[in-house]
Amino acid sequence: MILAIKDLPREECYIPGSAACPGCPATMALRIVFKAIGKKMIMIVPACCTAVIESLHPKTSFDIPTMNIAFEAAAAGASGVEAGLKMLGRKDITVVAWAGDGGTYDIGIQALSGALERNTDFIYICYNNQIYSNTGIQRSGATPYAAWTTTTVSGKTEFRKEMGEIIQAHHIPYAAQACVAYPEDLFRKIQKAKSIKGPKYIEIMAPCPPGWRFGMEKTVEMGTMAVETGAWALYEYENDKVTFNGKSKLILEGKIDRKPIEDWIKYQGRFRHLFIPKKDVKRIKALEDHVDQIWERYRSCYL
Amino acid sequence: MKKYNISTTISYPVKGAMGRTGNWRVFKPILDKKKCVKCLRCWIYCPEATVIRNKDDTVDIDYEYCKGCGICANVCKVKAIVMEREGAKK
Amino acid sequence: MSQVMIDTGNYIAAKAAVMCKPEVVAAYPITPQTTLVEGVANYKASGEFKGEYICVESEHSAMAACIGASSTGVRTFTGTSSHGLLLMHEMLHWAALARLPVIMCNINRVVGPGWNIWADENDSISQRDTGWIQFYCSSNQEIFDTIIQSFKLGEHEKVSLPVMISYNAFILSHTSMPVYVPDQKDVDNFVKKRIPKWKLEVENPITFGNIILPHEYEKVRREMQNCQENAKKLIPEIASEWKKKFGRFHGDLLEFYKCEGAEYILLSMGAIGAESKVAIDNLQKNGFKVGLARVRTFRPFPQEEILKLAKKADLIVIDRNISIGNEGALFNEVKGSIYGKTDAKVHGFIAGLGGKDVTFGDIETMCKKAIKGKATDHQVWYGLEEV
Repeated sequence: MILAIKDLPREECYIPGSAACPGCPATMALRIVFKAIGKKMIMIVPACCTAVIESLHPKTSFDIPTMNIAFEAAAAGASGVEAGLKMLGRKDITVVAWAGDGGTYDIGIQALSGALERNTDFIYICYNNQIYSNTGIQRSGATPYAAWTTTTVSGKTEFRKEMGEIIQAHHIPYAAQACVAYPEDLFRKIQKAKSIKGPKYIEIMAPCPPGWRFGMEKTVEMGTMAVETGAWALYEYENDKVTFNGKSKLILEGKIDRKPIEDWIKYQGRFRHLFIPKKDVKRIKALEDHVDQIWERYRSCYL
Repeated sequence: MKKYNISTTISYPVKGAMGRTGNWRVFKPILDKKKCVKCLRCWIYCPEATVIRNKDDTVDIDYEYCKGCGICANVCKVKAIVMEREGAKK
Repeated sequence: MSQVMIDTGNYIAAKAAVMCKPEVVAAYPITPQTTLVEGVANYKASGEFKGEYICVESEHSAMAACIGASSTGVRTFTGTSSHGLLLMHEMLHWAALARLPVIMCNINRVVGPGWNIWADENDSISQRDTGWIQFYCSSNQEIFDTIIQSFKLGEHEKVSLPVMISYNAFILSHTSMPVYVPDQKDVDNFVKKRIPKWKLEVENPITFGNIILPHEYEKVRREMQNCQENAKKLIPEIASEWKKKFGRFHGDLLEFYKCEGAEYILLSMGAIGAESKVAIDNLQKNGFKVGLARVRTFRPFPQEEILKLAKKADLIVIDRNISIGNEGALFNEVKGSIYGKTDAKVHGFIAGLGGKDVTFGDIETMCKKAIKGKATDHQVWYGLEEV
């Protein structure tokens, strides 16, 4: 069944008037997740932008039970909540860990790996803005090569981790990569995850206006360009089989060419030093080559 | 809404938890309902859930909390929403 | 009708915990706590433990999982030691500030480097600022009884704080002693089902732990302090209720041993506390007027009880820990409790660090030094300094 935007449920669990930046991809994604799962959800949130977006005690902008926990402990906290709910006989409640790329790729990777290996019945969702956004735009394991961050001022010298493939090595029932620019795709993936028992992992590309230095109205555009240039792939992993979706599928099969990486990075201030004062051909080529390499590997593994 | 009798960081859901975030705006979305084709892209992409989806799938903007990011105007394919500077003289 | 179980401190602790029917146990192994979690795993396999047993991948995750589970309203238990306790330090603060009554056994083991698995109390002493209620046990029977009492105490509506029950590595954890084990129904009657003071539930959506401004945070701290003060009153009540039901009493905040007419009171904890009883017997036989007040509860610190002692006698303190740059914690906090309120002298000793054996003979030597007026102003490192 092909979903259209109008088919998405009307109910909101996100309440307007939060501390989120204007144009925030996290709340954009969260609204879709809430719609896909519904009110019977308990969310565990480590230190990340969302912990601040919730707003100030004694008020909150989220209309579902949310537990904040220490930065590295989201998946472990979720294991505990799941066990508690199991003992209470509440199989009707979906446990969701909602973390940024910092709490997933770096400090939180141990707890995540443990929870996946232990078969915790929950959905782990990483909203990936490719930086430690909440603490002021420092680099993370998800930050792409050559990107400016406050801790990689001349541009990051390493390439980002392929978290999707690390997750696949845990052989969990379902994992997926999505993007805020494709809400129907994200909705479908979350609903699918909800219907499967065991650990599920969904990573959502979340372009961050202050973090990437682009106009706050362009969040959706940056998401679309990430997919169309191949910087981010939309795919699903189920029962050890990988299926690409949408534009990513067309790129994988060679039916369309991926757009050059410049088309994505030229709008982002975090890559400004690759264009001004003069074009850094070497680094842009390195970025482009790396994206080519990734897709070569995708083709050899998943086509 | 049950309130718990204990002093620890427990918070209760409320609209406008950070105040009237409509005050944050520099630009404000102006909707031309005649142009609107009810695609609902503005509704689904609004990060603040301040594009209100009506029963007939028309939309309205909640100016109390809209932060003026401009995504709704950016994603509207028929340019039914334009961003105007707050306080601009007509 | 009690049974007798003869087993090591760890297996006894596992039995006590399982009898309290926690719904979730999340733990990570570390020597010498391993047999505690293995004990629980055995009960899981036999079906006697019907809860969820989560084999987490680190102690930090163990406490995080206990916090997650406890926040849904269920009863939780775990155990650790030394480096494991230190690794979960951040989450110890979290559990206490979240007011979640996680019950945990800590086996007091030396902190490295180098690797040293023997008894030393620096691990749990260094966690005394976290807000946890802290007990120190000196026998397997006491471990058993204290664990059950701790569930009742921690989950009490006037407390709602996590509780740490510490006992020395190998001396207690791996030494067998006979222990009276009550009937399950008597334990059920003593510790009823947990009624959480707050919980995560879809029927009443709350956000726990978001941003809190300074004046609000201070209120949280104030209530934690008030609840530890409540615990100071409840600990003797619960201990006395246990005595009435099961006929056993190990002291409440302090355990007094032969203090009548004493001119000196020895304050010590844990295994040294047990050895102290033998030392006191010998000292009194030889005419020394010294009694024992074994410190069983370190948090809440029994300031008032210690002041009462200091009004009638001088004090001798033995610490199996050191806060480098200052003194042993018990010595320091005892002096703080009585400052400006009495003329009592307080003589301090440090003994047993790194798992060094402390015999009743050692304790007698320390007490004699203090009694004969040869004690110095500073805390004496027994065995390293001339005694």
